[in-house]
This record gives sequence, structure tokens and C-alpha cells, in this order.
Amino acid sequence: MSDLVAGSPPSLTSSPPVGQSPFKASWRRFSRNKLAVGSMLILALITMACFAGPLFFPYGPQDADFENISAPMNLFSIHPFGTDEFGRDLLLLVLDGGQVSLAVGFFGAFVAVLIGVIYGATAGYVGGRLDNFLMRTVDVLYGIPYFFLVVLINIVVGRTTGGLFVSIVVVLWLTPAVIARGQAVSLRHREFVDAARAGGMTEGQIILHHIVPNSLNVVIVYSSLLVLEVMLTESFLSFLGIGIQPPAASWGSLIDDGAAAMETDLRLLLLPCSFLVVTLFCLNFIADGLRDAFDPNER
Amino acid sequence: MLAFSIRRIFGAIPTLFALITISFFVMRVAPGGPFSGNRKITEAVLANLNKAYHLDEPIWMQFGRYLWGLAQFDFGPSMKYRDYSVTELIVQGLPVSIEVGLWAMLLATVAGIVLGIVGALRRNGMTDLSAGVIAMVGLAVPNFVIGPLLQIMFGLELKWLPIAGWDGSINAKILPILVLALPNIAYISRLTRASMIESLRTNYVRTARAKGIGARRVIWKHALTGAMLPVIAYLGPATAITVTGSVIVEQIFGIPGIGRYFVEGAANRDYPLVMGVTIIYGGIVILANIVTDVARGIIDPKVSYE
Amino acid sequence: MPSTRTSADVAARQAAAPILSARDLTVDFKLEHGWVRAVDGVSFDVRRGEVLGIVGESGSGKSQILMAAMGLTAVNGRCSGSVTLEGQEILNASPEQLDKVRGSAMSMIFQDPMTSLNPYMRVVDQLTEVLVAHQGKSKAEAVDIAVEMLERVRIPDARRRISLYPHEFSGGMRQRVMIAMALLCRPRLLFADEPTTALDVTVQAQILDLLNGLVRELNAAVVIVTHDLGVIARLCDRVIVLYGGRIMEEAAIDALFETPRHPYSQGLLAATPRLDDDTAHDLRTIKGTPRALAGQTAGCPFAPRCDRRIERCTAETPALQRLASGRAAACHLVTS
Repeated sequence: MSDLVAGSPPSLTSSPPVGQSPFKASWRRFSRNKLAVGSMLILALITMACFAGPLFFPYGPQDADFENISAPMNLFSIHPFGTDEFGRDLLLLVLDGGQVSLAVGFFGAFVAVLIGVIYGATAGYVGGRLDNFLMRTVDVLYGIPYFFLVVLINIVVGRTTGGLFVSIVVVLWLTPAVIARGQAVSLRHREFVDAARAGGMTEGQIILHHIVPNSLNVVIVYSSLLVLEVMLTESFLSFLGIGIQPPAASWGSLIDDGAAAMETDLRLLLLPCSFLVVTLFCLNFIADGLRDAFDPNER
Repeated sequence: MLAFSIRRIFGAIPTLFALITISFFVMRVAPGGPFSGNRKITEAVLANLNKAYHLDEPIWMQFGRYLWGLAQFDFGPSMKYRDYSVTELIVQGLPVSIEVGLWAMLLATVAGIVLGIVGALRRNGMTDLSAGVIAMVGLAVPNFVIGPLLQIMFGLELKWLPIAGWDGSINAKILPILVLALPNIAYISRLTRASMIESLRTNYVRTARAKGIGARRVIWKHALTGAMLPVIAYLGPATAITVTGSVIVEQIFGIPGIGRYFVEGAANRDYPLVMGVTIIYGGIVILANIVTDVARGIIDPKVSYE
Repeated sequence: MPSTRTSADVAARQAAAPILSARDLTVDFKLEHGWVRAVDGVSFDVRRGEVLGIVGESGSGKSQILMAAMGLTAVNGRCSGSVTLEGQEILNASPEQLDKVRGSAMSMIFQDPMTSLNPYMRVVDQLTEVLVAHQGKSKAEAVDIAVEMLERVRIPDARRRISLYPHEFSGGMRQRVMIAMALLCRPRLLFADEPTTALDVTVQAQILDLLNGLVRELNAAVVIVTHDLGVIARLCDRVIVLYGGRIMEEAAIDALFETPRHPYSQGLLAATPRLDDDTAHDLRTIKGTPRALAGQTAGCPFAPRCDRRIERCTAETPALQRLASGRAAACHLVTS
């Protein structure tokens, strides 16, 4: 047992309250992080605004209000943030674009994590060819910036929103798979796995009921970062014009349009920028908070 | 050391090959081709064009033909820019991209390390806090947001720098290099800071302090060396980030590098062009990873050369 | 070798002036939930040619005494009291002042040779820098002295091995390197923090004997911190028994082992299994667990675990009383 060593002051031994699962303890820790909780609230507000907001508008994002072309910002008018040169309401444009950005971000990350965790946990647990294939693929593909892979695959599957979604997921499931695999490898030798097997569980059941839930800690932490990555990738591509295609829009494509119009009308750029940046900051704080609360290595 | 490097290079070949193969087959499998565009072409002309570009041959032959060409640094003809081969386009644009990229990497590494060390030594001082803010912005805000915003601030409002364009002058290079470097400055500074703090807490730094050799030597000779390892390891991924970022930055600032060819090629389905650029970029990243691996081997004696 | 370890020798040596003097040394640490006291009013002297052992369980604060003297206390620690080296105050001295004596007049051997040597620097550089910094030697001269010292600590083929990196040495050899490094400038005072704890048992005895020989040659004062009574028995002239950051007992080595006065010392010695013990009995233990260093409570720190405690023990902290023949004990039950 190590004595007090310089640089590592003693810690109080205090026993945790009886019967609290480490999962719940992590959530409690998270809920005490005001920045992270606040960010979740803001993110929820933005999401609600983007999905429910457009319902309050009697017209669609592409509908032109010919009487109010290039109207300036006036929070008390019909068009609180004004309109663009085609008479389209800016706020509605941004909210509508937000639906795509958020949907691709969250749903894409969710699917990538789902595929990744199941494959990775199985590969890590079973080992053998499944695992080999995974790790070789990772070794080879990690040398290539994933951005290029996404673009290449996007070209194949076609330039639709669905195609964008597929190409991002197909490339980004690798990281959650590797993480889940790492967890599975360290878990498969633990005694409770032997106990489960001795108790008669099939391998599949073991994976589903033991390996996956015990990897959840680490997966949750990295999932939040994955949402960020997916959103950024989609925005990147849409900004370059090879993601979302008009008439659909996302924040990325709106920023692209806004940047082009930078010298004439700043609002077109600043509005989608603000929404995107606020969302990204929120996701960052949430990811930090999740890591502080859930990552066993941090404690 | 030499054997180590050669082995690393050989290890990278599968990756490069995979890249080439994936690029090639993806391009071929993609729906539509460069000729199924807006213009109407007659059957006969289409057949001739396909023959000229070897698109009527079985796919294995096309692949073999492509590989052979690659070995001679011939990326094939561009399908959209009829007067140029892809190799010519790349030769035009690559020096520009490399110039911007190298400066950005240099800036990111130097600024990042300096900010990180100062932040670790004077924690929560002015420099540390400002570096923290820069890091937060650089990491969270994407470059296609920062770019236009800086263009507005320095180009439109203050009029200190040109908004975009490339005339070889230093002024035109400042913003693109800065925007390209920013995410790496952010990450490298945070990494250096954390790594330095960790290093200062090790037992061997404590031993060094106990020897009374002076604080300066303890910091610069003992603490810094170990702290640099993760940073050097990061330079590989940092190159990947720079390479990816350059595509956007060239777009935003109108820089005549190969990044814009990638975007245009992707939009126009100009297969050889997209593949050529992808392979070049991929090669750069692979090379960077090899170099950082070797550098790490030099500093860390525990990395074995077997 | 002439005996240095009986009470008579100890008493004789007390005549000379101490090289290291600690008075009322107190070390507190600021943690999340408040301040915690690791060392509580510790006072002792050490003289040249004498090996003082500080023995205690993990968490007793013994290492922190050494850290405080060397100016290596962690950033969230606060030291008060006094520690003087040859009459000069070194507690809370500035790093510049400390650097003059650290590594030259006083030096330290650390617990874990695996992590205490810089893995990225060759051993020769780690050794020579001490000589260059303190004695102004040239690199070449320093290398020669270092090689000679490595030979003294019995590292075979020293001239070739000195250019290697630490990870290319075995654990026992690394500790020898640490010892060589600490003795290069011929210090007058040596601190040793659990020098053999991290080593194989077979190697421990070798290292201890080596250390013993070298410090006797230098006539250095040694303060050795350990939880291992065997180390104490082998090496020390005098012993301080520490519990909960306070001194429980102080005595010459023979006296302590023969007639421990403090209940804690008695417990420690009784708990040590002995080869010459014929009776068959379970290993004796001191019931309870080492005290968690929570805030200050009045009374003897050992009281909760002492089976001879009385009312007074929990109410009033016993002071360290000087007894006959250089002994001392902090217990209400020990009066003369």
C-alpha cells in the first residue's frame, strides 16, 4: 500500500450510500454539472423550435412573400428576422434547415453507434475472424481522412438527404465499433462472464445482456462526440455544395449561401451561423459533462 | 532507425492501395458518368467518347490500366477540363496547397506548443485563460463559420486584409493560413498543456527537483521531453485535419490549390480528377504518419526498433 | 564494526550538534472537502553517523516529513514549524535556496526506481548533471566520477552500462543507480523513502547492506522511512514510531525491540511474525484500520484501536514525554 507520496495527497475513505448503481451515480454526477444541464436545455429548445416552429408559419420555407422582399429585421413584424432577396422568411429557412442538420446529426450518430456497438462488442468478445476483419479494416482505413471516404461514398449512393445519411453512417460506425470492441476484450475475461456461461446463458445472450450494457459507460461518452462529428461532417459537405441539395437546406448549405451574399446582406450568414455555433457549443459542453460523469478513466 | 522507417513505409502500402482501390471502384460504380450531363450527345459520339476513355472495357482492365498509369505518375485525363490531364492540374495546384498547408501546420505547432507550455507553467494566468478561450472557439466552431466571420471583420469592416483571392502577396495568405491552423492550435495547445502538467507531476521530475539542478533544467530538460511525446503523436492526425480543412479553406478564400478540384470533380463526376486529388491527399497523410512515428521513436527509447 | 546501536552509544552521540533539526513540523493538505493534517507537530534531531528510522503504517504521514524537509511537498500542501539543516532554516525556503543544498549537502532516495528515473534520458546524463550543477565539473570529469560511483554500488561493466537508458536496467540495479546518484556529491544527510519496498525480497537485503556500508563511509546522517520493521532492525540506530502524523515513541533500536513502551509499538512488534517463535498461535494483529486523516480530533490518535485506553486518552492528546536514556513516548500510561 502506498504511503502518502508528494503530488498525490490522501483521499478520504467514505462509503457510498447503500444500493446505488454506478450508472445512477454517474447520472447524478452529470446532473450536478450546471453547464452541461443548461446546454441540454438549450439544445432541447432549439430542437423544439426547429421541428415545431415551422408549424406556426402559415407558409413554407420556399414560399416567397412578394410584398416583403429583402425586408430588414423587425422582431415585431410578420418576418421577425426579415426576408431574403427571394422573399423567403429567414427564420423559417433556418428552422427548417435545422431539422435536417439535427436529424442527420442525432439519428446518424444513433445508427452509427448502434451498428458499431453491436459489431464491436461481438467482435471483441468472440475474437477470431470477425475481430481480425474489424481491426484490419480500421488499420487500413484510419490512414485516410474520413472526409474523403464520405464524399466518395456519397457520390455512389447519390446526392439525396438519404444518401448523405448513408454515406456518413457507413464511414463513422468504425470508431464506436473500435471502442466497444476494446471494452468487450477487457470484459470477456472477467469472472461474471464465466459465471453467466456456467449458469447456462448462450453467447448471444451474454453479449446482449452483459457485454453491451457494461460497455455503455464508455459508449455514451463517445456517442456525444459522434453527434458532433456527424453534424460537422454534414455541414461541411452541405457547405461545399456536395451534401444537401436544393431545394432542401441544412445549416451548412445556408451558411454557404450566406457567405456568398456576405457583401450585401450579413443576416443570411449570421443567422444560420449563430444557430449552428450555439448547437455545437451545447453539444461540446454536454460531451464534456458526460465524460466527466461517466468515463471510468477520469475518476 | 533506417529499418524502422522502411518497415513503416511498407506498412503504409496496404492503406495506400486500399485508398486507390476504393476510390477507383467507387467512381466506377457511381450512377451516371461525366457524359450523362445536360448536353445531348448522339449515340455514336457517346460510343466514341467511351472508347477514348476506355470506359467500354471490363472493369478489371480499367483498374489495371489505371494502376499502370499511377506508377508513372499519370492520373489520366480530366473528363471535364478537356485540355488538361489530371496530372497537369495537380501540378498546377499542389504547390499552392502545400504552401498554405505547411505554413498552417508550422503555425499550429509552434503557437500550440508555446501556448500550452505557458499555460501549464502559469496556470490560470492571463495567457492560460486566453489560450483556453481560443481553444474553445477553435475546437467548437467549424472553419467554414470562422472563415467568413474573419472575412467580414478584417476584409469588409476593417479592410485590413483582402476578403479572398490569391495574388501571391503575404496579405492574401494570412487569413487562409490562420483559419486552417486554428483547430490545430486549439487542440495542440490543450494537449501540450495537459501533457506538461502531467509530466511535471511524475516521480522522475520530483527526483530531478530533489537533485537541486535548478528549476530551469528541471522544466526544459526533464519535464518537457516526456510531455512532447503525445504532441508529436498528434501531428499525424493534425495533418489529416489540415488536409481536410484545406478543401474548405480554398473554397472560402478562392485559393487555386487542388482542394477546389476535389469539390468541382465531386460535383461534376469527373472521376479521374477526384481520384487523383484523393490519392495525393491520402498520400500526404500517410507520409505524415510515418514521419511522426519515426520522430516518436527518436525521443522515446522504449519504442523498439525490431 | 563497532556498535552504534545501543542506548549508550546513542546517548554518547547526543553530545554532538545535530545536522538536521525538526521542531513542531506540521503539514496540512487542502482537499476537496477541507484541510487534512498529514504531519502533526513532529520534532526530532539527527546527527552525522547516525541512522534514524521513521516507522509507521501507510497513511501515517512518514513520507511527508521527508518531502517537507526537501521542499517537495505537493502544491496543495502547507508546512509550518521549523526544519534546519546545519543551523540553516530549510522549511519553506525558496527553490533557489533549496537548490544549493539539494543534491549536494542533502539528498534523497525514492521509493520506486521504475518511475523515479527519467525514462527519456540516459543514465550517464542523469548522473553527471548533479556533478556539473553542484561542483562545476566538466562533462568528462563528471562521467569518470559517475562511473566510479556505479562501480562502488556494484553495477557490473559500469563504463559501458552508464550510457544505457533506465528501462534497460533491472529493478535492483535501478535502485543502485538511484543510490549512486544520491551519493555523488558526498552528502552529509541522506533521506531514504521506502528504498526497498518496490524490490524483490532477495534483492532487498543486498541493497540495504550496500547502503549501510556507503553511508558509514561518508559518516552521513540518514533518515529512513519505512513500514518494514525488518529494514529498521537491519539498518537503524534510533527509531521514531509514527501514527496518525504524531510521534508515538522514540528510542534506540535495541531498546525499542526489547522493551517497547507505547501500546502501538508493542502492537507492531507483537504483530511481526518471528522465526524463533515456537508457540503455535494465529498472527497477531492490531484491531481496527489505520486512521483516515480526517480533521482534527482531540485525544491520542491511536486511542480508537488501543485496548489499554482510558478516559483521558480520548479527551486529552498525550504530549511526547522524555524518558530516561534518550527515550520518549506519547502515552498517558507511560510515566517514567
